Amino acid sequence: MPPLAIALSGISKHFGPVAANKDVSLSIAAGSIHGIVGENGAGKSTLMSILYGFYEADAGEIRIAGEARQIRSPADAIAAGIGMVHQHFMLVETLSVVENIILGAEGAAWLKNGVGKARAELARLAQDYGLVIDPDAIVGDLSVGLQQRVEILKALYRGADILILDEPTAVLTPPEADQLFALLRALKAQGKTVVLITHKLREIMDVTDAVSVMRRGEMVAHLTTAETSPPELAEAMVGRRVLLRVEKEARRRGKPVLEAVGLGVRDARGVELLQDLSLTLHAGEIVGIAGVAGNGQSELLEVLAGLLRSSRGVIRLGGRILNNADRSPAKLRKLGLMHIPEDRQRTGLVTAFSAAENAILGYQEDTAFGTGLFMSPSRIEAHARTTFNAYDVRPPDPGLKTAKFSGGNQQKIVLAREIERHPKVLLVGQPTRGVDIGAIEFIHRRLIALRDAGVAILLVSVELEEVMALSDRILAMCGGRITGERAAATADERDLGLLMAGVNERAA
Amino acid sequence: MEWIATIAVILDSAIRLSIPLLCAAMAGLWSERAGVVDIGLEGKMLIAAFASAVAAFATGSAWAGLGAGILASVLLSLVHGFAAITWRGNQIVSGVAINMLAAGLTVVLGNAWYAQGGRTPTLEGGARFGDLTLPFAAAMREHVPVLGLFYDEVISGHGAPVYLAFASVLLTAFVLKRTRFGLRLRAVGENPAAVDTAGISVTGLRYGAVIICGVLCGLGGTYLAVSQSAGFLPHMTAGKGFIALAAVIFANWRPWPALGACLLFGLLDAIAIRLQGVALPGIGQVPVQAIQALPYVMTVILLAGFIGKSTPPKASGVPYVKER
Repeated sequence: MPPLAIALSGISKHFGPVAANKDVSLSIAAGSIHGIVGENGAGKSTLMSILYGFYEADAGEIRIAGEARQIRSPADAIAAGIGMVHQHFMLVETLSVVENIILGAEGAAWLKNGVGKARAELARLAQDYGLVIDPDAIVGDLSVGLQQRVEILKALYRGADILILDEPTAVLTPPEADQLFALLRALKAQGKTVVLITHKLREIMDVTDAVSVMRRGEMVAHLTTAETSPPELAEAMVGRRVLLRVEKEARRRGKPVLEAVGLGVRDARGVELLQDLSLTLHAGEIVGIAGVAGNGQSELLEVLAGLLRSSRGVIRLGGRILNNADRSPAKLRKLGLMHIPEDRQRTGLVTAFSAAENAILGYQEDTAFGTGLFMSPSRIEAHARTTFNAYDVRPPDPGLKTAKFSGGNQQKIVLAREIERHPKVLLVGQPTRGVDIGAIEFIHRRLIALRDAGVAILLVSVELEEVMALSDRILAMCGGRITGERAAATADERDLGLLMAGVNERAA
Repeated sequence: MEWIATIAVILDSAIRLSIPLLCAAMAGLWSERAGVVDIGLEGKMLIAAFASAVAAFATGSAWAGLGAGILASVLLSLVHGFAAITWRGNQIVSGVAINMLAAGLTVVLGNAWYAQGGRTPTLEGGARFGDLTLPFAAAMREHVPVLGLFYDEVISGHGAPVYLAFASVLLTAFVLKRTRFGLRLRAVGENPAAVDTAGISVTGLRYGAVIICGVLCGLGGTYLAVSQSAGFLPHMTAGKGFIALAAVIFANWRPWPALGACLLFGLLDAIAIRLQGVALPGIGQVPVQAIQALPYVMTVILLAGFIGKSTPPKASGVPYVKER
């Protein structure tokens, strides 16, 4: 048996009172692709940062290719043949590709020779792995996929034998992700060891040889990919059986509450983002919008939520036609239309505020939180404490800065804020984007419960599986139009895919 | 031909007036490209002016003055670095503190040591930088029309610090663009995390930049006291450190445009001096105060008009903390 590429034993790391890694051990065979899965905050990234010398472990031993190593800084890790592609790229956007690649490995005090050598090496890597890139392009001008390519080239240029990728597909389109996986297989064929951190189980099943599961800072399972299954992995990640399918009872659809007729939106260049779009939401149903990102779903949500003016069309809420004055977010909220925005960090939250403050954003005028000019910090905090308990926000600390919460917990803060206001209509955008499995399940169950209580819900999500699992009716969107409607119970993925691509079956 | 001579005199004066700006601008550029905002340029130049005048008076050597000026300025730079880099303090607060410290300390010490209202004694002979005559200056003036005059009047005949200041622009541009240190420095001002993960010390790079900033401020301050004037006067920097900051922004943090901006500000100053007491056609004699305000007014207009496009180094003013 060949020596292990990486052998970690007894790694522990604390940040203040929080244990990010507890006595973690991990063995990775040379020349394999090894997956590490776990929910957000399970300690995957911390463990890899320790391996890369970004943090120093409080205890434990690191062996690289059979040899015990002290890795105190990224320089030590690079010397040990470890390269890392961080989730947030470590690139200097104002510099060119070649400058980014040689940064820290320039060779000599003058750049000239180093740049020449890097160009030659880039040409070779382009030939070996198909990693073609213009060395003189400015990194900030490149697409996200190409920026990731620069990161990978950086590691290979430094002669990395072990490549760690932290959530590499989070920013990629599906074809880009497929390209990346092909590259990882090619690297493996060259004898390199790849460590893939992710929380997407499909990727693990597709590309890895072995997989390790982390939960709450501990390593809970080491499995051979061929001998495991997504449900088993999911269970190991969250520590109990997960409902990958959402269980719900048949709908009891009520009266129409939100009706939109003939909505049209044009951008500054005159491009039609929404065209003659009509839909009706009934009380007690979830209507899902299926579509490839960028086909007008975001604009639809924004128009309905009062964030974007439509150039044409009528919206009726509870039978009443909304005039321009009614179509402001504050007024709509008063009328019972709440909105969980697609981008929680930009639109849903002020991440620099405390969690308690975010939990009342938009409702800060409510007399429950203060009187006249003054706000009551104690009442705001008490309110946050109750809702955080009810929604299982972790940690349940109202004073903590919102940016410090994981994606799933941030989403729960937004969800709690809007749901607790008893909406009649709820607009939900990407409810589970960047959210870990445990929280996804929680959010789904809340939305179903809300539907059962008679709320009309419009769901926009790029995850077709989610749309199919939650909705009662599915509307497919393409190019700013609704291209078809299906009952969720009878919809199938292929049929919806055609509608999303704008292929009209009747015409065909 | 007299107007040509007049232009030459104004240009000569413009160069002399732009030198402190130029030194401070290069200093600020180094610091900010590395991600450390420095509004303490003014204070560092002031303390350098004082220290250089004291040392030049005591030793009788202008070069000893330069050494002392640089030393004093670098010490203040290190204070700023300690606050801003090691302790991740607020860089504006630290810079303001340095300006106030320098303004007070120089006057107090000057009064205590020389009892001349904060001034240092007048420097004479070797205690000042003499004017250097470049080769062939006289011959060029005699034999080459116009260009010869400009060579002799504008380019030749300045003290050593003037030539050092111009050399610093060339050196700054070269080092930033073509060397390993320059590449790393540009990177650390944009994305320190990228530098850190590449195995390079962010702290080391930033201290390096801050020290270079101190050296250049030292040169600028020394020029003021030991080359342009013959001794230290209280508050003799008169806001030049701040105008230099404006020049850096105006130049989008690039060395050659910064040189252009400093020369422009120097020229405005020189024209203002030249216009004092001159009756302008149609306007008559303009009050001295209005003329003196001209460079500052122009600064405001230029910055208001052109600043829209400026893009500072992304990590400028942000202390580096490893993210969790």
